[in-house]
Amino acid sequence: MDTTAKPQYDDGVVKYLTVGATVFLVIGTLVGTFAAAQLAWPVLNFDIAEITFARLRVIHTNTVIFAFGGMTLMATAFYTVQRTNGVRLWSNGLAWWTAILFTIGLLATVTSIGLGITTGKEYHEQEWPIAIAIALVWTLYTFNFILTIASRNKETHSHVYVSNWFFMGMMIAITYLYVINGLAIPVSLFQSYPLFGGVQGAMIQWWWGHNAVGFFLTAGFLAIMYYFVPKQAQRPIYSYRLSVIHFWALMFGYVWLGAHHLQYTALPDWTGSLGAVISLAMIIPSWGGALNGMLTLSGAWDRLRTDYILRFLIMSLAFYAMSTFEGPVMAAKSVNALSHYTDWTIGHVHSGALGWVAMVSIGAIYHMVMKLWKTEMYSMQLINIHFWLATIGTVFYIVAMWVSGIMQGLMWRAYDEYGTLAYTFAESVSAMHPYYVMRTFGGFIFFLGAVVMLYNIVMTIRTAEARSANKVESLA
Amino acid sequence: MAKRQKSSNIQDMFERNIFALLTATALAFSIAGIVEIVPLFHLKSTTDYTEKTDQYGNVKNERFPELVWERTFTEDANGKLVSEKALYKEDTNGNWVLADWKAGDGVRPYTPLELAGRDLYIREGCYICHSQMIRPFRDERERYGHYSLATESMYDFPMQWGSKRTGPDLARLGGKYSDEWHVMHMLRPQNVVPESVMPAYPWLADRLVSEDFFGTERDMSKRLSVMRTLGVPYTDEEIANANKAIAGFTEMDAMVAYLQVLGTMVKLDDSKVYRQ
Repeated sequence: MDTTAKPQYDDGVVKYLTVGATVFLVIGTLVGTFAAAQLAWPVLNFDIAEITFARLRVIHTNTVIFAFGGMTLMATAFYTVQRTNGVRLWSNGLAWWTAILFTIGLLATVTSIGLGITTGKEYHEQEWPIAIAIALVWTLYTFNFILTIASRNKETHSHVYVSNWFFMGMMIAITYLYVINGLAIPVSLFQSYPLFGGVQGAMIQWWWGHNAVGFFLTAGFLAIMYYFVPKQAQRPIYSYRLSVIHFWALMFGYVWLGAHHLQYTALPDWTGSLGAVISLAMIIPSWGGALNGMLTLSGAWDRLRTDYILRFLIMSLAFYAMSTFEGPVMAAKSVNALSHYTDWTIGHVHSGALGWVAMVSIGAIYHMVMKLWKTEMYSMQLINIHFWLATIGTVFYIVAMWVSGIMQGLMWRAYDEYGTLAYTFAESVSAMHPYYVMRTFGGFIFFLGAVVMLYNIVMTIRTAEARSANKVESLA
Repeated sequence: MAKRQKSSNIQDMFERNIFALLTATALAFSIAGIVEIVPLFHLKSTTDYTEKTDQYGNVKNERFPELVWERTFTEDANGKLVSEKALYKEDTNGNWVLADWKAGDGVRPYTPLELAGRDLYIREGCYICHSQMIRPFRDERERYGHYSLATESMYDFPMQWGSKRTGPDLARLGGKYSDEWHVMHMLRPQNVVPESVMPAYPWLADRLVSEDFFGTERDMSKRLSVMRTLGVPYTDEEIANANKAIAGFTEMDAMVAYLQVLGTMVKLDDSKVYRQ
């Protein structure tokens, strides 16, 4: 085989981002587990301002969503855009700048939140100097990605592959939503007041907030699915038509859903209803997408027995299908009346975040590590152990939150035989204790899996050269 | 090699031209904002028919006059912005107290101490576990009080509606407990509510509210004037005196001042339907 004919890719930056994402997964899940333990045992706050629950919880969300998720998105986007378009990155230097500055921006975010520097807007906590820097870095990422696609050879690669549509949609939607929601007037280097307040501020906040989920954590990771599931299964994607429908329905539909976070609040009723209706309709494209991924395996299901990476990818699609069914149910007004403000929301987020986002990322990261370092994994058995730790941890977590969430909702609205409220709020808090312990346990199991993954990847990289040398020897 | 084919349909064209795909995608996801968000700035029903009457953010409400505290702003001979009513003033003992507004007079801007307390509420991330948005259900009414109205958070930049009740809703917390209770509660929540999982905030009592991050000054005049730019009406005098009005207070004092004003601004009429 003539190896010189293969195009060379810019993989250095992808290697950095892949390992970085794994490190942040370990840190993020550790912080999450500790924050969960603080709710079970509040003494763990230790009266230290920087690690009180509210700050640590925000550090957790920023580490897992934007550090782990963001670096995974950058790694996979830079990896797949070169391979699906048959070109090197438009600018490898720019990609390195993007990766390094993004890392610095995230470390600055996490530090500033620990210090109490925050906008107070959920999932948009970066204060203005960091927010501006991150928006600029994100724009560089988008710019480089799109110009890489534009620089492809249109004779050999006439059509842009579906994973690139999703990546691009995610990038520009995130830029647009993040910037508008972040508009603010600074009052000092450490604080600003946002341009939109009150009821309009609430709608714009959740318009962004839900799309940190819808675009960042869904569209971006669907791009990963559309590349890595067919690659790992070594079969083409099940249906092209379905992916076209999936893409356009998602791009059009997801942006409407923010309003379902504000059912029965002071936001006008019509807005919440609109959000709920579109939320229900979103089941169709979401399930279409999940099926598209799963049916790619038609005729090759036996590979799940031997291919542990494929297991991660397919399990992630099962969780994707489950949480995209659960979401619309929770958006329906009568269900939302019970579920809103409770742990059920936290459970729903984690079935998506642990089950879908993390698992599809983990599958993609293992796949990339083997390709990037041109070797087998250090231990396939450890991947299998990781798979079971991740799955069991996720299930423990979400079951605990379902029970506690529904119980909370029911206790708050329960009446006794005299027609007065049956429980005080404090009683509902103490009833949550066993579930908070169980949730901490589930989170800890998931964290252990991440540690196993990091160990496996580090060992793979350290032994990669030795192994490829062995391989050459045995071939000779 | 694939022969170059003529684009047979629009999807095919998008897949060949990344910039066309980019534009179409941007249009597709812009629609929701135009339909869902833009009307909120124009429909009067969004804010319970509370309307702005001047560029400073002063308001009136003809349908439900009890919702807002009305005052008029004029420029005096020196070009200073003044009003016939004052929000706060220095009394004869040198204490900064509320002036022409009484609890129940309607929604008003926060005093400097309350606003500083609100900034601390955000710094400590209270909104992570406490909502400030009561929904129109029987149980919420009995537990927390009358459902919340949009007008009540019109001067909140950012709003603090929250998304999770790990602790109870705080929209109508003001006046339910004494100042001393709040201090004890924030120093060690479990001493007053044994079941509580809330962290303690002892450092609030040790720090002066006039100090901000890394020993910088918390410039309340700057903050009030930015608030006025955003549409929260303050007179020039109120802005000028803002730093004096928080001098000597601890962070705990500011936090308590904020918690005690929550939900006390409006006296809602139970016989009226404010929200359809």
